[in-house]
Amino acid sequence: MSVEIALLTIFILSIFVGFEVVSKVSTILHTPLMSGANAIHGVILVGAIIVTGHADNNLELGLGLVAVVLATINMVGGFVVTDRMLELFKSKKSSKTGEKK
Amino acid sequence: MTPAWAQIGNLAAALAFIFALKALSSPKSARLGNRIGATGAIAAVAIIFFSESNLKHLPLILIAVAFGTIIGFTAARRVQMTQMPQMVALFNGVGGGAAMAVAAIEFLSVGASNGFVALFATVFTIVIGSVSFTGSIVTFLKLQEFMTSRPVVLPLGRFITIGTALTTLFVSVYLIVSPEIWAMWTLVVLSLILGILFVLPVGGADVPIVISLLNAFTGLSVAASGYVLDNVLLLVAGTLVGASGTLLTQLMAKAMGRPLTSTLFGAFTAKASTATGSAVDRPVKSAGPNDIAIMLTYASKVIIVPGYGLAVAQAQQTLRELVDLLITKGVEVEYAIHPVAGRMPGHMNVLLAEADVPYEQLKEMDEINSEFSSASVAVVVGANDVVNPAARTDSTSPIFGMPILNADQAEQVVFMKRSMRPGFAGVENELLFNDKTTLLFGDAKDSLSKVVAAVKTM
Repeated sequence: MSVEIALLTIFILSIFVGFEVVSKVSTILHTPLMSGANAIHGVILVGAIIVTGHADNNLELGLGLVAVVLATINMVGGFVVTDRMLELFKSKKSSKTGEKK
Repeated sequence: MTPAWAQIGNLAAALAFIFALKALSSPKSARLGNRIGATGAIAAVAIIFFSESNLKHLPLILIAVAFGTIIGFTAARRVQMTQMPQMVALFNGVGGGAAMAVAAIEFLSVGASNGFVALFATVFTIVIGSVSFTGSIVTFLKLQEFMTSRPVVLPLGRFITIGTALTTLFVSVYLIVSPEIWAMWTLVVLSLILGILFVLPVGGADVPIVISLLNAFTGLSVAASGYVLDNVLLLVAGTLVGASGTLLTQLMAKAMGRPLTSTLFGAFTAKASTATGSAVDRPVKSAGPNDIAIMLTYASKVIIVPGYGLAVAQAQQTLRELVDLLITKGVEVEYAIHPVAGRMPGHMNVLLAEADVPYEQLKEMDEINSEFSSASVAVVVGANDVVNPAARTDSTSPIFGMPILNADQAEQVVFMKRSMRPGFAGVENELLFNDKTTLLFGDAKDSLSKVVAAVKTM
């Protein structure tokens, strides 16, 4: 039972941290932030690997491998596309201060 | 039992996610933040391969990971920046699908033996993950314009949706009380249908908010799957995304002046849009590129309102050329950026940054709105809904209450449009028929280059 209480505690604390960390985001960054958060839930890949690695029959294995592929797309695609967006923000800044055109 | 080193590693990954979200909230640290997040995620995956005992089917899993990496990487590299919102929607959807599959497999293999709470979490993951999966696919289809972006209202749609939701709830309870495999599959199918029904009636302008909400949903389903699998990292990461995503959804809705409830439940009261009809036969004033060039060259102050149409025509570069030219002719020029210009908050900033538009020329809505009354010309390029005065005046309009750019207060207004077709929200724009409005029909890039050529001769 104490394990369940511990998980509940972690759950509730995480909610507050989640609210807190994004509370001051500017409108410009809404899209990249959403995209970055989107990539983070790609860690469901960890769960997909666990269940697939313990699959006992072909149904579980097949479904698990599909889950692994989907989760990997979420994770890799999410981080890469966010990086591409933010790259544009950065180049804007360097052209402002660094190289003078 | 997870070894201690792996638990510490997972803690580090969880911290990486927290730092990532924090850093993503500020322009300076955003890119670094994203990379910290990616590092945390890769570490978490590496840890599971080494710490989880007796993993079977390893070669197959590695092939699946490689396959997913190639697809995700290629898709993310190749996608046009204009199509990025639907790409994010799709990535989110597959994440939800994966969470649903994970919970389903766990149920197939252990059934109810993990106790009541775990069963509840399993049901939650299946329902929310499935809704996110099919819902995101529908938002993708809407944004990609594979289907209409207007609200789709089925006959008796409200009753079908409520009926499906109630049935889903009933089967959920049944599954918890009596964990049978057929009930689990029924629940999967019902939830998938529910996701479609949930998003279909959402109108074009509200789609970004729904994407953000579904993103939070996927986070919550990942968190619940973490409980099912007794994996603290999944619990923490999923909860972080669920909580921050919920707050972000609210912030976005606020930026768009759309109460969240009306976005979601407006769907139930939405009537099929009555936008077109009267428009065709109403007179508008249109002009050629030369007239527009004269108007702009002799203006003292010009405000550009860029919209999604500009980006679709890939005309950001040409627009910048025009602006630079006007500035050398002594005209004061600024860009007015609506918070949801493009398809999502911040999307237009990304698109203009791609064309190297100097940051200082971009003005946020709150900053520029008071300046329109002193502007000689407001040039609206490929935008429509964000300057529609109906948002201020017409309480029956679907976009009523959305903050808009006060382009109608400028001395003259120029619209560069492909056609009289209404904007993404599917609403007629009265400003088009205003006396001080001049229209220049044609592809944005084509029109702009003609205007640039004409300005050069002056």
